[in-house]
Amino acid sequence: MPHQNSSIADGPEAALQVRPAEPSDVPAVIALDAETTGLEKPAYWSDLFERYGRRRTRDRVFLIAEHAGQPVGFIVGEVRAWEFGSPPSGWVFAVNVRPGARQLGVGSRLFDAICACFRQAGVQTVRTMLSKDATLLMSFFRSQGMRAGPFIELEKSL
Amino acid sequence: MRLQKATRFALYAILDLASDPEKQFSAAEIAERYGISVNHLSKVLRSLGRAGLVEAVRGAGGGYRFTGNAKRLTLLDLVRLFEDIDAAPGREPGDATPEGRALGGVLEEIHDIARATLSSISVATMLKLIAEERRKAGDGLPAVAE
Repeated sequence: MPHQNSSIADGPEAALQVRPAEPSDVPAVIALDAETTGLEKPAYWSDLFERYGRRRTRDRVFLIAEHAGQPVGFIVGEVRAWEFGSPPSGWVFAVNVRPGARQLGVGSRLFDAICACFRQAGVQTVRTMLSKDATLLMSFFRSQGMRAGPFIELEKSL
Repeated sequence: MRLQKATRFALYAILDLASDPEKQFSAAEIAERYGISVNHLSKVLRSLGRAGLVEAVRGAGGGYRFTGNAKRLTLLDLVRLFEDIDAAPGREPGDATPEGRALGGVLEEIHDIARATLSSISVATMLKLIAEERRKAGDGLPAVAE
């Protein structure tokens, strides 16, 4: 998949738009994810689009950042209630920005947009979970003002 | 988790200087703001200079200024300049016992979380947190206690 490194850096910031995902975005989302993770997961992303894009509700959000007609990032999340005893809160469980479009505010625009959706859905907290080794991603969420929350993830080999 | 004195001084100096990279402050000015030893801070600033994070400006009104990248420089980067945070802990009596190994596992969990936290917070993010603390203090709420 070709990089479009000059797409945002050369254009005005106002040209960046954040909008709900559409069926035509799915191939770009699959490619963007494969570009950064090295693993192509078409079934996973198609299923996610069905549940969060095509059948979106106030509580299920799948947003695309687009520049010059091309997707350059996406974010997915939903409002979950009473899992682990937690009152309703927004969860971000996927965010990605094309490597050539990073450090230009795309991730911040996506995060602000999904937080606005969560607020409209009536929740006051946004959460995420990520690997301790995902330094870049953790730095991004920290830069958005996120901090360690009241829950700790535990696990055990079976 | 406790940081060594030199590490804390380095963090104060970097956060102070990075808050306005155009300005320069002397070691004495920074030391006075935090109530710390100017001699010790001067040594720390020289270490930060050797690491390319601050630059000494000579002449009248001279001092130090921040020359690092606030978005890229993390707390872990700064801690590593003064402490061997990644080193395996030294052998202690009882380490080889089941009790010692279990305790070591728990302490390693704590260390992992501390390391991940320090590596995820950039100087730019810290400056945002500091601005938030200032805003709270301006609203009459107490700032973080020392």
